[in-house]
Amino acid sequence: MTEPAAPHRNPVIRVRDLSVGLVHGSHRPVVDRVGFEIAPGETVCVVGESGSGKSVTAFSIMGLLQTNALRPTGGEILLGDEDLLRAAPERLRHLRSTRMSMVFQEPMTALNPVEKVGRQIEEVLLLHSRMGPAERRQRTLAMLETVHLPDPERIYESFPHQLSGGQRQRVVICIALILEPDLLIADEPTTALDVTTQQQILTLIREMQERQNTAVLFITHDMGVVADIADRVVVMKDGRVVEVSDKERILRAPTHDYTRMLISSVPSLVPELREPLRTEPVLTVEGLHKTFRKKRFLRPASEVRAVQDVSLTLQRKEILGVVGQSGSGKSTVARCIVGLEEPSAGEIVICGERLDRAGTAARRQMRRRIQMVFQDPYRSLNPRVRIGRSMIEGPTNFGVATEAAMERAGELMALVGLPTSALDRYPHQFSGGQRQRICVARALMLEPAVLVADEAVSALDVSVQEQVLELLDEIREETGVGILFITHDLRVAARICDSIFVMNHGRVVEHGPAEHVLARPEQAYTQKLFEAAPGRHWDFRNFRPIEGNSA
Amino acid sequence: MKISAPSDAAGGCAHEDAQPSRRRLILRHLLRAFGTGPALVALVILLLVVLMALFAPLLATADPIAIAPAERLSGSSANHPLGTDAYGRDIYSRVLYGARVSLIVGAGAALVSVAIGLVIGVLAGYFPAVDSVIMRTMDGVMAIPSILLAIALISLTGASLMTVMVAITIPEIPRVVRLVRSVILNVRSEAYVEAAVTLGSPVRRILMRHMVPNTIAPLIVQGTFVFASAILTEATLSFLGAGLPTEIPSWGNIMSEGRSYFQLFPGLVLWPGIALALTLLSVNVLGDVLRDTLDPKMAKRT
Amino acid sequence: MLSYVLKRVLSSVPVMIVVAVVIFALLRLTPGDPAAVLAGNDATAEQLAKIRESLELDEPILVQLLTWFRNLLAGDLGESLLSGIPVVRMIGERVGPTLALAAGTISVTILVAIPMGIVAARRPGGVLDRMVMALSVLGFSVPIFVTGYVLIYLFALKLGWLPVQGYRPPGDGLWSFAQRLILPVLALSGVYVALVARITRSSIIEVLGEDYIRTARAKGAPERRILLRHALRNAAVPIVTIIGIGIASLITGVVVTESVFNLPGLGRLVVEAVLARDYPVIQGLILLFSFTYILINLVVDILYTVFDPRIRY
Repeated sequence: MTEPAAPHRNPVIRVRDLSVGLVHGSHRPVVDRVGFEIAPGETVCVVGESGSGKSVTAFSIMGLLQTNALRPTGGEILLGDEDLLRAAPERLRHLRSTRMSMVFQEPMTALNPVEKVGRQIEEVLLLHSRMGPAERRQRTLAMLETVHLPDPERIYESFPHQLSGGQRQRVVICIALILEPDLLIADEPTTALDVTTQQQILTLIREMQERQNTAVLFITHDMGVVADIADRVVVMKDGRVVEVSDKERILRAPTHDYTRMLISSVPSLVPELREPLRTEPVLTVEGLHKTFRKKRFLRPASEVRAVQDVSLTLQRKEILGVVGQSGSGKSTVARCIVGLEEPSAGEIVICGERLDRAGTAARRQMRRRIQMVFQDPYRSLNPRVRIGRSMIEGPTNFGVATEAAMERAGELMALVGLPTSALDRYPHQFSGGQRQRICVARALMLEPAVLVADEAVSALDVSVQEQVLELLDEIREETGVGILFITHDLRVAARICDSIFVMNHGRVVEHGPAEHVLARPEQAYTQKLFEAAPGRHWDFRNFRPIEGNSA
Repeated sequence: MKISAPSDAAGGCAHEDAQPSRRRLILRHLLRAFGTGPALVALVILLLVVLMALFAPLLATADPIAIAPAERLSGSSANHPLGTDAYGRDIYSRVLYGARVSLIVGAGAALVSVAIGLVIGVLAGYFPAVDSVIMRTMDGVMAIPSILLAIALISLTGASLMTVMVAITIPEIPRVVRLVRSVILNVRSEAYVEAAVTLGSPVRRILMRHMVPNTIAPLIVQGTFVFASAILTEATLSFLGAGLPTEIPSWGNIMSEGRSYFQLFPGLVLWPGIALALTLLSVNVLGDVLRDTLDPKMAKRT
Repeated sequence: MLSYVLKRVLSSVPVMIVVAVVIFALLRLTPGDPAAVLAGNDATAEQLAKIRESLELDEPILVQLLTWFRNLLAGDLGESLLSGIPVVRMIGERVGPTLALAAGTISVTILVAIPMGIVAARRPGGVLDRMVMALSVLGFSVPIFVTGYVLIYLFALKLGWLPVQGYRPPGDGLWSFAQRLILPVLALSGVYVALVARITRSSIIEVLGEDYIRTARAKGAPERRILLRHALRNAAVPIVTIIGIGIASLITGVVVTESVFNLPGLGRLVVEAVLARDYPVIQGLILLFSFTYILINLVVDILYTVFDPRIRY
């Protein structure tokens, strides 16, 4: 791999021809001759889709590979002048926290649940310094202050479960940076967080980096994050480095086809102008409420008002996006509409008929007009049942003969771009993207008027995501189905939705045509969401910055 | 951990037939596991015990319940390879016939408790209305030490093969119920079950097609452990004198009768004891192997 | 936290009621005349009448149930059909050896099984792990009465180091008391050690796969500290849970062990009562053992709050 001229300063870390293989089996290497270097104060982003080997590379540097599964097979990792691959375990242990440290993806599980947060930060000092107890405590409290946690004394005495995800990630950053290491490895540190929290954490990492002149290796799948924070970018695919370059050069003029594809698959935050639809409504929701009650012992039952007074109308052929952060109630709206939850109040009208006024049998007939596609394609198909049987389950429930249903299943397979032979197979024989297509096809078997897609592309890599989005777009054109599209991702919403409802704390805060809501948001909350979206100054499809920023 | 071997993840292209099916994988694992080491030995021992039980009349050197006062407590001889007991009955033949009782009790208890437990467990797991009543009852039954519950039942109904089997089976049921219920509760929130709900599938189909099949693997494993536990309980009951009458030779009651002469003739207790211990050991080893291959999640739990 | 404890306490009440009802129902719902069942085949009419009277079997069943609960609340478990001695007094006289045996076994288990589990979990699949797992399968499989007799055969008959059977109260000298407990405790510990070592091993292995262990490694904590400080504390909840649940098999074991080693404890008392068809004694002891089990598991539930702050808040 040829690399552009490295910065003049001495790099903190140099990875050369690193290869990592599986301990068992003679498969191709998981990481294959990967090389890059990072200078002090520099941020290098490693991007790639799942299975690209980016995390394995990071863990190799830290010496945290699961030794029973993966093992470095070649190359060197030089931290300063020291080759980490050849260092004794005891030496590596000493280097962690003092010279290099790591922040992980899942802040919810990265902290020991039975120990106070303060003690967990102090442990680093206990292990690597000669400080006495009082001094350790002092230093820890100061560090908590540095990462802008409110009331350090209280946080110090808290257990992890008492803190939010963002607060926990700040604590993990404290642990990583309290000894001012030369290198910080951040492995998708914001992927599990909401956009607004993500932005705060990214700002914090940047701030700490400037303060300590740290070299940062940032692993991510999100081009938006890359556009915001990277100095240089390493693109990985199937364990190899595809391209290494400065951020500007990668985003403006990627040389490799894969990089081009990866970048251009990132949907724009600016929605295309769409013709307003003039079709009849297929689904109307009026004043929907959902309150979850949990009985508690000796205390009044706790109430969570998940959805409050939500009204919406979905038209034929329309894709209506419901956007919000986690806990906003968007999924509960979806589940109430498909009948997986019983609404506390409100009415749902499907094709002109009121659901709550219908009898049991009529209700069942009406429910078939609303079908759902779930988030996780790996769990929404029964692994023991052949695709064909899964496909015809719906129609046979409503009395269609098996053979007729099978024939229809074959047609729908073709519609979603899979061979008819797929019907004889089991789910494990398909990739995530293919499974999601199958789920779409299965939902269409009942000829629904409404398709509810709950985060249906969130678990997919961006290139596959684009294919499924295209499929949904085609399907509504061809079948006229109205799609209720639940997502946390503003880019996805902008890419596909005709109109958008923004939810926060169970309420709709703003709604309207996509180009209105996203391009000229009126509510402060929507603006905040929009401003937190990473990479919003960049138009990835056209490899250029967005001029005259609209937000 | 996020770094295991890269799988055919969401973004990957389809490797058609690249992954062998779950069923074939399990079969391969089982063959590998049973082909070597302790599992093979366990399988052979268990097979021998089954053969002992099946062909007891052919293999026996004497009538296991024939009393011969003249030959009481004789040591090993050509007629009595393992000697005789205080009534002159042939220990070797009694041990052979004892295998029958153990296997019948074990298999009976395993089948019946799994069948009943499955039904109750599905009810508790799927219908919240009956869940707490069922589970409190099961907790109550579980709180009574199984051997004591069995003792009480037998002392009231009298000891016969039937009552002993019933008394042994009842205390095993709650554990099966708990297992089935937990599987059903876990599967309930699976997306493919919710998908079936939105497809309008009736409850019966949702249960039979999407939920109950998930209980099969853990039930096979649990069944093996019930099998072992029932054999042990029967032996214990008979050993304590609360089990089968001595006209039906069982490893437990052979030992029970030999106790008084243990200091002089340890074989009276040790031979049936060894047979019992080896059988239990084999069943447990096989149970462990089955659990590791069929039900890795449960293997982690216990 | 207080409400958690109170909730736990209250939730064990229905279980106790179920137990009491089941035990009550056993006798009354048995097909045939319960008095005849208890008296045996060659009982005289007088004996039958006496049993009926002492168990109040002629009353309507609901009245009997009420009496049963009223007596339970008053701590009255009835009288022995044979001797007429109150069951509660019989229990008091025989509880000593059983407590000694149980306490010895639980201490041995905790001292032996937890270190065994930790050692095994350090290297799953390694030599030590396989040895521990093999021992634990053995402990599960070999019945206590077999282990017991093998131990007697080896240590009492062949080697002559320890007495064969029997019991001496601690008042008669600590050594003669302890001497006679060594073999019973060893025999009884087998199952329990197997159970606890296994769960310790598997919970630690599971915890070692958690993200926060990776965080600790990334801090540069040595393996020993990771195992003992981070993993063991997080594995504590399943370990104490199994110790609580294992009380059930411990109780069964006590009955058997006391028979093998002729210890005059509650376990022997049950067996004697069974052989003598002394139903009130059987029923009283089952109730006692079941309530003990429920109470110990209640204590375990409350102990969770010590180990896991998430339950405490």
